[in-house]
Amino acid sequence: MIEIQGLVKRFNDATILDGIDLTIEQGEIIVVIGPSGTGKSTLLRCVNFLEQPNAGRIRIGDLDVDVARASKKEILALRRRTAFVFQNYALFANKTALENVAEGLIVVNGWKKARAHARARELLARVGLGDKVDAYPASLSGGQQQRVGIARAMAAQAEVILFDEPTSSLDPEWVEEVLGVMKQLARERQTMLVVTHEMSFARDVADRVIFMSDGRIVEQGPPSQLFSAPEDERTRSFLRKVLATQEAL
Amino acid sequence: MNALDVDYMLGLMPILLGYLPLTLQMAAAGMVLALILACLMAVVRVLAIPGLNAFTLLFISFFRGTPLLVQLFLFYYGLPQLLSVLTQINGITATIMGLTLHFSAYMAESIRAAIVGVDRSQTDAALSIGMTRGQTMRRIVLPQATRVAVPTLMNYFIDMIKATSLAFTLGVTELMGATQKEAAGSFLYFEAFISVALIYWGVVELLAWLQRRLETRLNRAYQR
Repeated sequence: MIEIQGLVKRFNDATILDGIDLTIEQGEIIVVIGPSGTGKSTLLRCVNFLEQPNAGRIRIGDLDVDVARASKKEILALRRRTAFVFQNYALFANKTALENVAEGLIVVNGWKKARAHARARELLARVGLGDKVDAYPASLSGGQQQRVGIARAMAAQAEVILFDEPTSSLDPEWVEEVLGVMKQLARERQTMLVVTHEMSFARDVADRVIFMSDGRIVEQGPPSQLFSAPEDERTRSFLRKVLATQEAL
Repeated sequence: MNALDVDYMLGLMPILLGYLPLTLQMAAAGMVLALILACLMAVVRVLAIPGLNAFTLLFISFFRGTPLLVQLFLFYYGLPQLLSVLTQINGITATIMGLTLHFSAYMAESIRAAIVGVDRSQTDAALSIGMTRGQTMRRIVLPQATRVAVPTLMNYFIDMIKATSLAFTLGVTELMGATQKEAAGSFLYFEAFISVALIYWGVVELLAWLQRRLETRLNRAYQR
């Protein structure tokens, strides 16, 4: 179980996260939606400590971290219990697909190379890239790169995988294959916290949808409830705009 | 105008080539030491280590801001007057010292630029899977920075090989010094200096060829 309490993040004078409380059950799939610039990505980056939050607590299993006073060791431990899928894939440009997935196993988990490579092959096969193990990122399509990114996150065996708009940089033709891999992970009950604008994914896959605005969680609930009967005016207005454009496609 | 004395040149070439190893040894030693020093300074600059950062900036400013020849004279003729331990310093050592300090100042800046130029997302990704800062630097950032830095560093190495010719002003009989002596003996200045020019040119072309091969290898991961 993951528990986030009173998470605050400020950049200079601007408050990006204004006290986020969020509990994620093991195996739960949570989708975070909301207007641009409301702190959705910052929330994920703070949980992974890619940004240092200013205040709050993050608890993952038996690891309980006061973020304002987190030691280097705690930050490292927290990162090792979370995995991240980036909007721009962020694959290691100097490494093959196989090496991208195996890197963490070798360097962080101290696995022998042969064992790590075998595991990486297995994971790449699971995301449908069994024939691309030796390809470098530059020679892969956006969809393929992002699937490698997901395999790399899976390799970490983290308690939760954080997805930061995983399909936003993709050409439309590659979106489905990435969402397909995510749906498969969801069926396996991998705990996921997903920031996305793909409302159909939220509706079909999420256990819970969270609507964020201005650094706060405005409302949350099962997708059926949040999409059909949103309570807050901000949620209604956002959904009207987004659903209108997505249905027009 | 007299005809070019080709026979003299053909006889001179092997003599001059005998001094090439010393030239290359000074350049190689200077390059290795300059690379080490430049990497240290680049890391100091990237991490903005207090104190050391300011010292590095001053160092770079001085060694980029003054001519190499002045620096060589300073080490060879000047410093021994100041510090008696240095009275033993020979021309070869002074040259290697000068080349190291002079070129490390330039190289530090290009290495720093290459490190800073590696996309932030690469660091984020490495940290996100639980790698430490040191592991991220060693395994992800530096290999990618190397690819960017190699062309400029090779340029400095080429420059350094040619700059070893200044050692003759410190009395070292290297390639240039030997040519000078031969020319003074034969009075065939044009033949002597065109011969030595061809030798430098050949060495540099060989290096440029090696550089192209190295770059092809380093770019392998980036082919579409």
